[in-house]
Amino acid sequence: MPEATVARTAHPDPSLTLGMTATYDVERIRRDFPILSRSVHGKPLVYLDNAATTQKPNAVIDRIVRYYREENANVHRGVHYLSEIATSAYENVRTTVKKTINARSEKEIVFNGGTTEGINLIAYAWGRKNVAAGDEIIISAIEHHSDIVPWQMLCQATGATLRIIPVSDEGELLLDDYAKLLSPRTKLVAVGHASNALGTINPVKKIAEMAHAYGAIVVIDGAQGIPHLRIDVQDIGCDFYTFSAHKVYGPTGSGVLYGKEALLEAMPPYEGGGDMILSVSFEKTTYNALPYKFEAGTPDIAGVIAMGAALEYVASIGVENIAAHEHDLLLYATKRLQEIDQLRIIGTAAHKAAVISFVLEGVHPHDIGTILDQEGIAIRTGHHCAQPLMLRYNIPATGRASFAMYNTREEVDALVAGIGKVLEVFG
Amino acid sequence: MSDLRELYQQVILDHNKNPRNFHELPEATKKVEGYNPLCGDHYTIYLDVDGETIRDVGFTGSGCAISKSSASVMTQTIKGKSKEEAERLFQVFHKLVTGEPGDTSTVELGRLAAFSGVSEFPARVKCATLAWHTMRGALEGKEVISTE
Repeated sequence: MPEATVARTAHPDPSLTLGMTATYDVERIRRDFPILSRSVHGKPLVYLDNAATTQKPNAVIDRIVRYYREENANVHRGVHYLSEIATSAYENVRTTVKKTINARSEKEIVFNGGTTEGINLIAYAWGRKNVAAGDEIIISAIEHHSDIVPWQMLCQATGATLRIIPVSDEGELLLDDYAKLLSPRTKLVAVGHASNALGTINPVKKIAEMAHAYGAIVVIDGAQGIPHLRIDVQDIGCDFYTFSAHKVYGPTGSGVLYGKEALLEAMPPYEGGGDMILSVSFEKTTYNALPYKFEAGTPDIAGVIAMGAALEYVASIGVENIAAHEHDLLLYATKRLQEIDQLRIIGTAAHKAAVISFVLEGVHPHDIGTILDQEGIAIRTGHHCAQPLMLRYNIPATGRASFAMYNTREEVDALVAGIGKVLEVFG
Repeated sequence: MSDLRELYQQVILDHNKNPRNFHELPEATKKVEGYNPLCGDHYTIYLDVDGETIRDVGFTGSGCAISKSSASVMTQTIKGKSKEEAERLFQVFHKLVTGEPGDTSTVELGRLAAFSGVSEFPARVKCATLAWHTMRGALEGKEVISTE
């Protein structure tokens, strides 16, 4: 496939795909990301806001440019050459995604705008049909707002009740309490694969098993899972899995909803329009087959094709290699940050993605963010769209450094030095 | 560091550490909450207004150094002033932190001059103006003010 060629030529060195951390050439990877060579406020950019969005490699940027320069046409419509090229490139990404997450069929891969849209689709199309007054929906205390609000809206619309799996001081979900929440009333359980605010990787397979024992369906918000972990939806056993391309080196505006075929088949469409129909008359409309039933209107064609390039690029380096590199950074950064007396890390789960939330005694995270920015260091500060979680730890906000495949130990050192400057200013 | 020192001037650091009028006001005639949902800054401003005069001001809450010191300096600045004068000071302060040319001299600005560096940090303007917007909302009879 054309996009696969781009991804491969980006890494002609086969040592990168050997699956060994020792051969992980971070400098070579950094050269694939043009933005990493720019400076901010006169300092080299140190980009540690990857949980918000990742930077894009040339393989992705070039793919978008090539699409618009050479292939642009609408998909699934024309008989002309360009439409066939665009349709083929777009549909090939379905196969790439299917392989990436080990789905059974391309029919289970619905393209959309991203994680939030995926969750809302389930809440409307599955939820409005299958949830009624007296039923219960379970989420966790560490969810992102996008995995809270759609379920609250569903509960409000149906009279169902929202139940919350509590979290330990370390940031781990309390599974004993979860077991007590489950009952025949439980219709759906939704948890994040990894927490954007704390980094905690949730035991999603176990959570799914426990839910299925009560006949509930399981939704995994994979926004923070896909960049850091090998995803196998069949092994997890989840019924739905959603993610956004931009968190995994792809463009903003495209994403995936994976759903088990039988569930998607039984669900009514979410939005009506072109492409999701087989035939329309004013008396009756016949909906299209999966997955097109859930893809009304002209999709983000360039975004989907470039998402394919991003997933191919990640595969060319190897998600296990990336995970090992990020884990090394996590351990190193945790150790270096813990050496700062005034600093406290929020979220110390045993199983973590490369995300570190922290507070500094006497300094509000917002001020930390501004001072680090002057040093060229980008971190996120605030509540990370997880206000209930901030309340749980009795803090208004945190600073958050989140790492990606291209970050280095030197950048961790820059972060530590930057926090030194913060303490100097506020000293 | 020079831009940072412009932003985090001594006055700001001092008011952040030791905020003035940082308490509830039992005799307040107006009490308004101001919050910034994006960064979580959250304050309550208490005003004791007698006719046209702001007799006393207090505030409680939490947030970044810019928002807290700005609230603190504001309480000192508007205490004893008329409602009209408070509105004028709001305009003066707003121009200062957004970098709009104003006709107010540094001497006249007094403590407010400490916030001149904010205009170089557009992302922090909302921090500096949160308490001021809240105070203004209180004078207009609103109950909750939200800025982004």
